[in-house]
Amino acid sequence: MSPLYIARSREIAARELDGEMMIMSARDSTLFNLNELGTIIWQAADGATSLEEIVAQKICPEYEVAPGQALQDAEAYVRELAEHGILRLSDQPIATPAAPKERA
Amino acid sequence: MTTLMQEMNERAHKAGVPLSVQFDVTYRCNERCIHCYLDHVDHGEMTTAEVMDVLDQLAEAGVFFLCFSGGEVFMRMDFFRILEYARSLLFCIKVKTDAFMIREKEADRLGALGLQSVQVSLYSHRPEVHDAITKLPGSLKRSLAGIRLLRERGMPVTIANVLMRQNLQDYPGVVALAKELGAVYTLDPTVTPMMDGDRSILTLGISEMDLRQVFRTPELIGDVDEFCAPPPAVDDDARNGLPCSASHTFCYISPYGDVYPCVQFPLPTGNVRQQKFLEIWKHSPQMNEVRSIHGRDLPTCSTCSHLGTCTRCPGLAYLEGNMHGPSTQDCEKSLARTGIPSANMLAKAAAAQSFSGGLHLVQITGLQQPAAPALMSVK
Repeated sequence: MSPLYIARSREIAARELDGEMMIMSARDSTLFNLNELGTIIWQAADGATSLEEIVAQKICPEYEVAPGQALQDAEAYVRELAEHGILRLSDQPIATPAAPKERA
Repeated sequence: MTTLMQEMNERAHKAGVPLSVQFDVTYRCNERCIHCYLDHVDHGEMTTAEVMDVLDQLAEAGVFFLCFSGGEVFMRMDFFRILEYARSLLFCIKVKTDAFMIREKEADRLGALGLQSVQVSLYSHRPEVHDAITKLPGSLKRSLAGIRLLRERGMPVTIANVLMRQNLQDYPGVVALAKELGAVYTLDPTVTPMMDGDRSILTLGISEMDLRQVFRTPELIGDVDEFCAPPPAVDDDARNGLPCSASHTFCYISPYGDVYPCVQFPLPTGNVRQQKFLEIWKHSPQMNEVRSIHGRDLPTCSTCSHLGTCTRCPGLAYLEGNMHGPSTQDCEKSLARTGIPSANMLAKAAAAQSFSGGLHLVQITGLQQPAAPALMSVK
């Protein structure tokens, strides 16, 4: 199975509130609230780290869950977020702009 | 049913997070609207670097909803730099503009930014009425052109329609324009005092009789029976309730760095040129004083039958001289909605009667559940 890379969409607004991410899709103004696990995945979605690595490094050490099952669940989750335009998915690393934008 | 937005507001309130901020980046303006509450002379706006530093601080403080307004935001040559920087910090952004300066190029840049919405004020569908209010010839034509360019790019646009004596008859035309343009229409029947307290522009506001008529127009307010129903009996929820989000999950920043509880509540709480934003938000005695006020603490309003349903604006009360007092304009709205005078009106009438033997006013309450009166919009 080829690796899956995830990056945050540029068409969203997002902020962490009380440990969970609030995300507004600019596409349809839908508001989402990611739970703790979703927030971990979201924050790690840098386009350069594969989902498998994110699950292995950020989720499995924190939660007692089998890596295979965790990856399967995480993949279903990120595909759902991608359908709402919140995440971008690719089997190649995804280039993302430096954030925040240069102030100078 | 609690919506995700309500849940988010409650969580932000409990955590002491300023979820929403209005940031006026300039008071300069190309229009000179007859009802405007601002002084348009630049008394030393924050520089681009200062604005960006404030934006960093707001993001760190947890601000999610950010409204850029003015003045006219595009009077600042650096507004796109500010806007693009704010989007890179992932704020959910609304921009208030007159759209006069939005041409193809500006619409393209705005369309690419993923803004939540752009709000444009329109006063009439007739140029002679709109332009007489803005005092800028050609302004309706240019604002409409700007809105069309934004809509062509799929941007959500809200048309704000402030009602005054000068344009009262024209709201059906503005509603029709909003429908034609695919924009959301919002109505605002309140003219507010100048930020320096000058109340002379309040004479532009519509009469109580006209307000009654507006509040009985289904096209503008929806279910009239529900909207205009008498208030229910005041309960503990009303007595323990908070006046509004000002200082709780919302605040306002002026172009000079002054932080206020709200744009309509010019109580100085600190300045981001001298202090960190979070220090002002968390520790300003004035912010905390506003935060401490509940319905039960309002000497006159706590005795009023409208307490639980009134749109009382603590900022307008402050501009009347006492943030714990009534806001007469909201008393007038409650009366226009329900036909029931407020406790404030009764007290004033009683005082007048002691001099002149005037009319008796009586509150009749508790007949049925009214709708929340704060929001009026049609799509």
